[in-house]
Amino acid sequence: MSTIINMLPSVLMIVAPILITAIGGMICEKSGVVNIALEGLMAIGACTAASAHVLMEASGVNHSLSLILALLMGFVVGGLFSLVHAAAAINLNADQTISGTGINLLSVGVTIFASQILFNADRTREFRMGMQTDALGVYPTAYIAIAVVVISWFILYKIPFGMHLRACGEHPGAAESVGINVKKMRYFAVVASGVLAGLAGGCVVLTQTIQYTSNTINGRGFIALAAVSFGRWRPLGVAGAALLFGTAQAFSIIANNIPALRVLPTEIFNILPYVVTLVALVLFSGKNYAPSAAGKPYEKGAS
Amino acid sequence: MKLSRQKLLQSDGGVSVLVVLLGFLVGTILVALVGKNPLNMYKALLQALTGYNIDNGRMNVRYIGETLNYSVPFILCGLSMGFAKRVGLFNIGGEGQYIMGMTIAQMVALLGPQVQTLHWLLAILSAIVVGALWGVLVGVLKAKYEVSEVVSTIMLNYIALYLSRIISLRMPGATTFRTANYPETAMIGNEFFTRITNFSLLNNGIFMMILAVFTYWFIMEKTSLGYGMRATGFNKEAARASGIPVVKSISISMAISGAFAGLAGGIIALGSFRHGRILSGMDNYGFDGIAVALVGNCTALGTTLAGLLFGLLKNAQPLMQSKQIPKEITFIIQGLIVIFIALRSALKLYQQYKEKKALQKEVGVR
Repeated sequence: MSTIINMLPSVLMIVAPILITAIGGMICEKSGVVNIALEGLMAIGACTAASAHVLMEASGVNHSLSLILALLMGFVVGGLFSLVHAAAAINLNADQTISGTGINLLSVGVTIFASQILFNADRTREFRMGMQTDALGVYPTAYIAIAVVVISWFILYKIPFGMHLRACGEHPGAAESVGINVKKMRYFAVVASGVLAGLAGGCVVLTQTIQYTSNTINGRGFIALAAVSFGRWRPLGVAGAALLFGTAQAFSIIANNIPALRVLPTEIFNILPYVVTLVALVLFSGKNYAPSAAGKPYEKGAS
Repeated sequence: MKLSRQKLLQSDGGVSVLVVLLGFLVGTILVALVGKNPLNMYKALLQALTGYNIDNGRMNVRYIGETLNYSVPFILCGLSMGFAKRVGLFNIGGEGQYIMGMTIAQMVALLGPQVQTLHWLLAILSAIVVGALWGVLVGVLKAKYEVSEVVSTIMLNYIALYLSRIISLRMPGATTFRTANYPETAMIGNEFFTRITNFSLLNNGIFMMILAVFTYWFIMEKTSLGYGMRATGFNKEAARASGIPVVKSISISMAISGAFAGLAGGIIALGSFRHGRILSGMDNYGFDGIAVALVGNCTALGTTLAGLLFGLLKNAQPLMQSKQIPKEITFIIQGLIVIFIALRSALKLYQQYKEKKALQKEVGVR
């Protein structure tokens, strides 16, 4: 039991960014746009935050201020890059999977290219000190994640704005007919997923490593995408899924300390989130929980 | 002139060329913006393509061999993506199918019977079969349980990666990153190629790739199977109504799609390495294959040309780095190309807009 309690801070550290990203992805799909670029947007946020933090540290900015600004910059730059996806998917009726794939490919290049220009290496320079844990041993990112879940739940289910947004994902034609601006709503949702993924990327790099490399994000964005499906597009469900997946990831790191688990290859825990999602998708098949217009471009006036 | 421009924008090949040029243009501007000389990028590309070093006038044919060798997995993964795309499936799982093929080829190479020819043939065939099985899984999930292939393939990619680690870590002589060397009988090297290309890694895999391209073209264009698949891709309901078995069509096409990616894995495992690898991350050939197929419009010829382009870019990377151009510019160019392809739908919108304007004008005049 005590091992599990001791594990909790590291589980929260791993879960927080996945959860933040997944909530963004969920909001995006709720509005009817599928965003598989989450992985790339996280990478961009992580690279931005790491670079900003290193540079501010070097110029003697106050440590906490530097961290906050770094996260904020990840947030903003993630949002800017998501605009590409938004414009493609919403204005130009592009295939959302292709443009998402494009951003994922682009992010690999852009982040390391920027590091090469800024630091003359294929990674950002190491920063001296990342985020610090509080008295309970928990990183602030966990509280950010909880706040994101609560706020997203409130917005989506408790105020008219959220209802409008969900309507755009279920039946954009009907939404438009009662005066909702579908394009605007979808823009909001895509940018929300971009800023949250960017923020989450910053959280990863500032809590789990000391620099950004091409391996920093390593599939976390795709796990978040899985959490959206597994959580059946509901904030609490997504939070539960992210918690489950994050715990599995944490296990792959700490299984070595638990004798009963040491006999298993650690990769088993890495595989777990993906297998669980696949099985769940099969079990839930037939009952479609996904927003019904997700992934389809909406043309005003077209039936 | 106006007519020909319109024709160019309507032909798929024309748009692809345009998109590639746009990608290079933006990449060039970016390189110039960060204060590097874009000319060096093109010098590197020229050297990777022809082996001719423009700076000192020296020729090294090894670069030609390496460019060809790099394009083999790109082309095969492009065929994998393209085959599924023709049935209307977006196979992001090329990476997973590639990894499974690679893993099984390594396993057979290390443990299989050391008989001339039979050994590598067995390894390659196992790679094809396992890749196909990994693909069928996606097809069945899609056709039977309506699981989106985009989500399921992403999951299967990671499952493949970790499964590959579990298997490869148990191979003879396994350390944290490699296994023991293969026996000679498992290699697919080609002494003739090695000699004429100044010790490049070009190997017999290129023959298998050419065979695969031909197979792709034949199935797609010349068989009723391919016809049924293309019909399914155009309009699933219409295909169903005209008696084409859609579920079977989807499963078979995913099997063939996976087989191409599996073959790519087998060729890389046996041709580019003398020992098995324990992957710590993805090789990304499968992901890049998506871009290759999209640029090549999922046709056999187009995909081959696009694969050669990607092989060229990959081979030029170290050359660029040595000329102070960050090699990641090639990834940026590839990403941009894919984004521009996604924006292709804008062309149609533009066309509609123009037609509408023309119509309005006509009505207004009368």
